[in-house]
Amino acid sequence: MAGKIFALVVLLITLATAYCVIAHVWWMPVDISVHGPKIDHQIEETVLVAGLLFIAGQLVLAAFAFLYGHGGNRIKQIPGGAKPLIIFAFVLVGTEVVALSSIGAKAWGAVYFEAPDPASLKIDVQAGQFAYYFRYPGPDGKFGALHPDLINEGNQNYFGIDADHDADAKDDIVTAELAIPVDKPILLSLHSKDVGHSFYVRELRVQQDFVPGLNIPIHFTATHTGRFEIVCTQLCGLGHYNMKAYLSVLSQSDFEDWLKKQAAAQ
Amino acid sequence: MKMQFRIMALTLCVLALAVVFLRFTPAGAAATGQIVGTVKLDGQAPHQKPIDMSKDPACAQVRNGSIASQESVVVGANGGLANTVVYISQGLTGNEAAIQSQAASIDQKGCQYIPHVVAMNVGQHLTVLNSDKTAHNIHPQPNPTGGNAQWNKSQLAGSGPIDVSWANEEIAIPVKCNIHPWMRAYIAVIKGPFGMSNDTGSFKLDNVPPGTYTLTAWQETYGTQTQKVTVGTGKPSTTDFTFKAK
Amino acid sequence: MHQTARHAAVHHAPQGFIRKYVFSVDHKVIGIQYTVLSLVAVFVGMALSWAMRIHLAWPDAHIPLLGMISPNGAPGGLMTPEYYLSLMTMHGTIMAFFVLTAAPMAGYGNFMLPIQVGAADMAFPRLNMASFWTTLVGFVLACATFVIPDGPPLSGWTAYAPLSAVGPVAGPGQGWGQNLWGLSIVCFCIASLLGALNFIVTTLDLRTKGMKLSRLPLSTWGWFIDAWVSLLAFAVLLPTCLLLILDRLGGTSFFIPGGLVINDQMQPHSGGSPLLFQHLFWFFGHPEVYIIILPAFGIVSHIMPTFIRKPLVGGWKVVTFAEIAVGTLSFVVWGHHMFVSGMSPFMAMVFSVPTLLITIPSVIAVLVWVFSLYGAHLRFDTPLLFSLGFISLFISGGIGGFFLAQPSTDSYLHATSFVVGHFHFTMGLSAIFATFAGFYYWFPKMFGRMLNEKLGKLHFWLSFVLVYCVFMTMHLTGFAGAVRRYSALVDDFMIALIPANKFMTVAALLLGATQFIFLFNVIWSRFKGPKAGDNPWGATTLEWDTASPPPFDNFGGRQLTVYHGPMEYDGEASVMQTSPQPSVAGT
Repeated sequence: MAGKIFALVVLLITLATAYCVIAHVWWMPVDISVHGPKIDHQIEETVLVAGLLFIAGQLVLAAFAFLYGHGGNRIKQIPGGAKPLIIFAFVLVGTEVVALSSIGAKAWGAVYFEAPDPASLKIDVQAGQFAYYFRYPGPDGKFGALHPDLINEGNQNYFGIDADHDADAKDDIVTAELAIPVDKPILLSLHSKDVGHSFYVRELRVQQDFVPGLNIPIHFTATHTGRFEIVCTQLCGLGHYNMKAYLSVLSQSDFEDWLKKQAAAQ
Repeated sequence: MKMQFRIMALTLCVLALAVVFLRFTPAGAAATGQIVGTVKLDGQAPHQKPIDMSKDPACAQVRNGSIASQESVVVGANGGLANTVVYISQGLTGNEAAIQSQAASIDQKGCQYIPHVVAMNVGQHLTVLNSDKTAHNIHPQPNPTGGNAQWNKSQLAGSGPIDVSWANEEIAIPVKCNIHPWMRAYIAVIKGPFGMSNDTGSFKLDNVPPGTYTLTAWQETYGTQTQKVTVGTGKPSTTDFTFKAK
Repeated sequence: MHQTARHAAVHHAPQGFIRKYVFSVDHKVIGIQYTVLSLVAVFVGMALSWAMRIHLAWPDAHIPLLGMISPNGAPGGLMTPEYYLSLMTMHGTIMAFFVLTAAPMAGYGNFMLPIQVGAADMAFPRLNMASFWTTLVGFVLACATFVIPDGPPLSGWTAYAPLSAVGPVAGPGQGWGQNLWGLSIVCFCIASLLGALNFIVTTLDLRTKGMKLSRLPLSTWGWFIDAWVSLLAFAVLLPTCLLLILDRLGGTSFFIPGGLVINDQMQPHSGGSPLLFQHLFWFFGHPEVYIIILPAFGIVSHIMPTFIRKPLVGGWKVVTFAEIAVGTLSFVVWGHHMFVSGMSPFMAMVFSVPTLLITIPSVIAVLVWVFSLYGAHLRFDTPLLFSLGFISLFISGGIGGFFLAQPSTDSYLHATSFVVGHFHFTMGLSAIFATFAGFYYWFPKMFGRMLNEKLGKLHFWLSFVLVYCVFMTMHLTGFAGAVRRYSALVDDFMIALIPANKFMTVAALLLGATQFIFLFNVIWSRFKGPKAGDNPWGATTLEWDTASPPPFDNFGGRQLTVYHGPMEYDGEASVMQTSPQPSVAGT
């Protein structure tokens, strides 16, 4: 009896889980990046492959618990012993593994192994306990040097730029929101002011940690306009839960208006 | 004989009353003066950048759409420089006005500290409030050698006030919020009388015993200036300060 | 060497309460001490998780007990964000080390391994005692973080630098608690290294006559392989924690680069690498999860034959070699924790390959357990139920691994609740279910009394259903991108997940309540349970060929000879390892 109940419980759990995944009860938001479909495709492949293994494994376990609970019959051994199981593991799982790796390499490569477009809009991103700030190079296209000893948050000099003496820094535009034009390649340079942080935008299918001491580049092109959340996913202290900024993907003209307004407010 | 007793009783009553009055009269109340004046900024104030609080939408909820600006240099009509703390830095004897019994207070509202600068006495209580719908983490950063201890406390939305006081004079303790990096305030902890300039630049120090003092004006961006002032019990003494914009 | 070890293990029966039950060198007492420590630790760890889950579901809830423990962390019982993270850090630390690494390995392993190989004690009994007491000091240090003014650290059990390395300037939760945490882990490392030495030498040198390696019980194989992995992994964690403490207190900069501004202060460090800390930590951290699961593999492999009345498919070799493969591969996969860390993306691909390949021996082990059920006579006693539960949970957890082993899919799921669900299934609940299986199985041998079967079954059914409610849901919210380690759900997309979080909280609290059924069963049965004979389950290995509980030298002066392997079952028939009668299972 216990075997039959166990089988039923496992069956119900398997069905409930499969339903939630297939019906996308909780699922990824619509992707808005050029490389996103590759990642989404990889996730779907993995759902299929892993999902089939999950269902098969649980159902076989349930079936055996259901069938062999009585104990009247003669003990039987699985025909072939362990050999078919080992072969199955190597062949099936091995094939899956090779397939997922090689296809997955393309998806990963789309994010990291392709060089950024030389015409990318470059934006400097600084993460610090507990906010993100963004810096656009301004009309001269150059970023001023950063001087951590000049950081003064009360005066909103978050980056520590020396606007008075550094010609490159004079026209830098510092914002609390990341606005980008749609359908244009973007190159972000991530650095941290203090501890580890991370840059995660679900819709962009981008997640990259900030490592203190390093400048880490990531690039992407957004394909839809809208307002999206950038949230921190690397534990950084008490305000980690509340560390976010908004990503605004705008039309080219809206973006230029926005940038003008931000420049005027510097 | 009866008459002598009456006179003696009356004299004793008068003496007793005099003692009573003298004992319960706050020191100097019978004879204190005032210092008034204005603080001005000579020149163009640096641009007070607006603050983008989009990282925490709960800030905007309370603000109802109004945009805050940083408050490092607040200049009002006629060049009046606000948020300047004026206090007596030399010449106090220690018999000055008693510690203000009322608590000073600072609120976190719309993700700004209100007021931006608090002036209070050593030993006086400070009540910290959170009127926002988001948590703050109030973090005063006193001078490590000054004797006041550094602390920070999280204050969740809807939670009760925090009560603190300071044991040592310090002008001024910077205060930041660990969660909202743009938030800044200053707490000036002072022995003796003090005043703070409002947005027309006017300030007033009450309960100043007559004497000659060094008066210091402190402003967070421009630092300090001192002047000598003599205080009498009649008309308030006037001292003006002018800071030069960089 | 062989003879010396054998002699060292023989000792006279101790006299007096202190020598018998407190400072005992007897591996059985030490095993029970470890088990009791884990039992205390698991309830502490669970209580921390209840507080966390209550706060996630009802952020305005006042928890008076918390307010009493830490007026700073939870003024009036209202949890601050930093205290949530502190509770989370200690939950992970206490559970991973003092429960999951301690109970199935140090607890049962210490009690059972010498008996299962036919020895009178471990090779180094005094070292064994030192291991336990060092572990206890480590646990006390971990608990001490709750009572110091600065409170426990908040950097997670993973303690990434520079947050964990720069000291109190990094904010609340980074004061002396982090130093005590480091010292606690250092103690645990030392104890584990000494324990691993004992396990290895005992298994190799103290086997009784006829106990060839091919006849070792599978639980002994699990502990033996685990000891090798422990030796190599804890040897790296120990210096890592020392380097962290040096950065904090000694002015060094192993993990802290220059140019950092924290709390408006330029940090007086330069030249260090935060990624170095991650590499060192995960070089230990990944094998650690296998250190946790390998004894579970061994325990389930050992228990199942007794209750399915047949040997496992492939005998001792297949499962054991799968375990060796898993243990070995576990050392070359650590970078899969660092795919988006800033490590070279090329290295990400390199680490991904063995991470996916480690599926193969894991699948082999699962297939062996599942297909051993084919044609078996299943006796659904509590130990078997928990073993079957283990298999189901390990399948679920392992499947989640497919998503996290590939950098492309991990780039979306990293640091979401999917990861939290995954590791709770694999190293948390699978290991715990195997530990429960072992507890119900060996309790009669350890204490001479049977645990109550009805309560055991109730414990199993409630726990099995509720763990899926909590942790499968976590996988699913992870697909929506639910970020982990958040003390409150305030982001737009996180707010939509509050109902799911409330569901998980209710399930978790019920799951916690269920464990009190187990605790009651343990305490009641210890004193009032029906007396157990030598071999209540009809098993075949050496621990069942002696009294319950065993005499102080395990076998009452007998020198055992072993004739068979450990899985001599054929339906109702079975043959003890020590019986000269012919084999029934042909193993």
